[in-house]
Amino acid sequence: MPQIFHPSMNTIARVSIFGAVFILTAIIALLLLVVRSPYVTDVGVVREQPVPFSHKHHVGDVGLDCRYCHTSVEDSSFAGIPPTKTCMNCHSQLFTESAMLQPVRDSFATGQPLHWTRVHDVPDFVYFDHSIHIHKGIGCVKCHGPVNEMPLMWREQTLHMKWCLDCHRQPELFVGDRANVFNTAIDVQLDPVAANALVDKYHIQSKTDCYTCHR
Amino acid sequence: MFRVRALPTIVAGALPCAERETCAERRDAVDAWTNGAWIVPATLSLCVLLLVSAGCGYQDMADQPHYEPLEASEFFAEGQASRPLISGTVARGHLRIDRAFFEGQVDGKPVEVYPWLAVARQLGLLADGAESQEVDEHVRAQILERGQQRFNIFCSACHDRTGSGQGMVVQRGFPAPPSYHSDRLRAAPVGHFYVVATQGFGRMPDYADQIPPADRWAIVAYVRALQLSQHAEVGELPPADRAALPAEEDTP
Repeated sequence: MPQIFHPSMNTIARVSIFGAVFILTAIIALLLLVVRSPYVTDVGVVREQPVPFSHKHHVGDVGLDCRYCHTSVEDSSFAGIPPTKTCMNCHSQLFTESAMLQPVRDSFATGQPLHWTRVHDVPDFVYFDHSIHIHKGIGCVKCHGPVNEMPLMWREQTLHMKWCLDCHRQPELFVGDRANVFNTAIDVQLDPVAANALVDKYHIQSKTDCYTCHR
Repeated sequence: MFRVRALPTIVAGALPCAERETCAERRDAVDAWTNGAWIVPATLSLCVLLLVSAGCGYQDMADQPHYEPLEASEFFAEGQASRPLISGTVARGHLRIDRAFFEGQVDGKPVEVYPWLAVARQLGLLADGAESQEVDEHVRAQILERGQQRFNIFCSACHDRTGSGQGMVVQRGFPAPPSYHSDRLRAAPVGHFYVVATQGFGRMPDYADQIPPADRWAIVAYVRALQLSQHAEVGELPPADRAALPAEEDTP
């Protein structure tokens, strides 16, 4: 019986085995990169909104406190999106002819709410509560980034579980003084002594049980 | 080169077979199966499974069919899942019997006496169940601190942090509100400020939705403190505060 395969097939076989390993690795690495890329996580991607609301103008320039609009952030899980009445507190007098604000005036006149595009939305199988993070001294900018410098809103962090755990494992790297939680100008990492003192003072625990968030 | 035929023999040998012929048939079947015949039915059933699951409706666990706060809804006319309070109803814990406290006026007349006890209770500054519900200096200071914080959040945009009425929004063109430090407003009863915050006044909108009643009263207390701050006599200050003042120039 003649030989079916030429001896060179040995080399080809070895190369293809190596190739398979590397190609598979490359494919897996590519998938992992794609999952972490802004294409999937939306980090740094500006969302289309009915009104081009600028946090830079309202927070950075005018100096409004986060809580002027996000009134429920200290007491509930949800920070709260203000009703158009809150916009009209000032815009009943300012920029009253602006075409950009026409949807706001229409909404106020008709009672039909504006349909904002949500920028931060954790998956439904994750329990998240704003109020507890605020009362434990986690500043807004730690998660939302320098909002006072954002002309339009984007997501600053991936909201991946790893990102949550980075802080839940080592809260001392992210904790700040409660008095500065809403101060968008302060985004510093405290020195270890001060940070650990705050961790004790606020009774912060490193919560990494699955059911802390998946309940 | 590679001997991949060893496995089927082991599998076939593990099968119970009573007669020799049957066993040989089975061995042939198992050989064919392990050689790849399974691919065709497996692929077909996977396709069917995918088609069926797609047809049945794909459910995303990250976005489950329940409403989050303020989520859009096609069910209600204005397209919003969160419902406004139905008129004529009272939410649990929101019954407003104390009209002086919640409205700041009785029979159209602004309240004259500041409701320290009610404010302290609403802000949770008094120990639960304590017999002597006394609002001491310590509690009053906490109310003032709360008032200062809330004033800076909600009022300072127009009234500025000293209450003179030159806040950032005013500097951007909003009509200036009156200064708190005029004789008229210094003489105004506490209820007046509460009523204005609750109902609005002139071009000022109401803040009833943004600021809960107890916080509105705390702000009123802080407005009084601001008024005092602009008219305090140096002689009335405690020594610690007096020492903090910049040294006055001695006149020869």
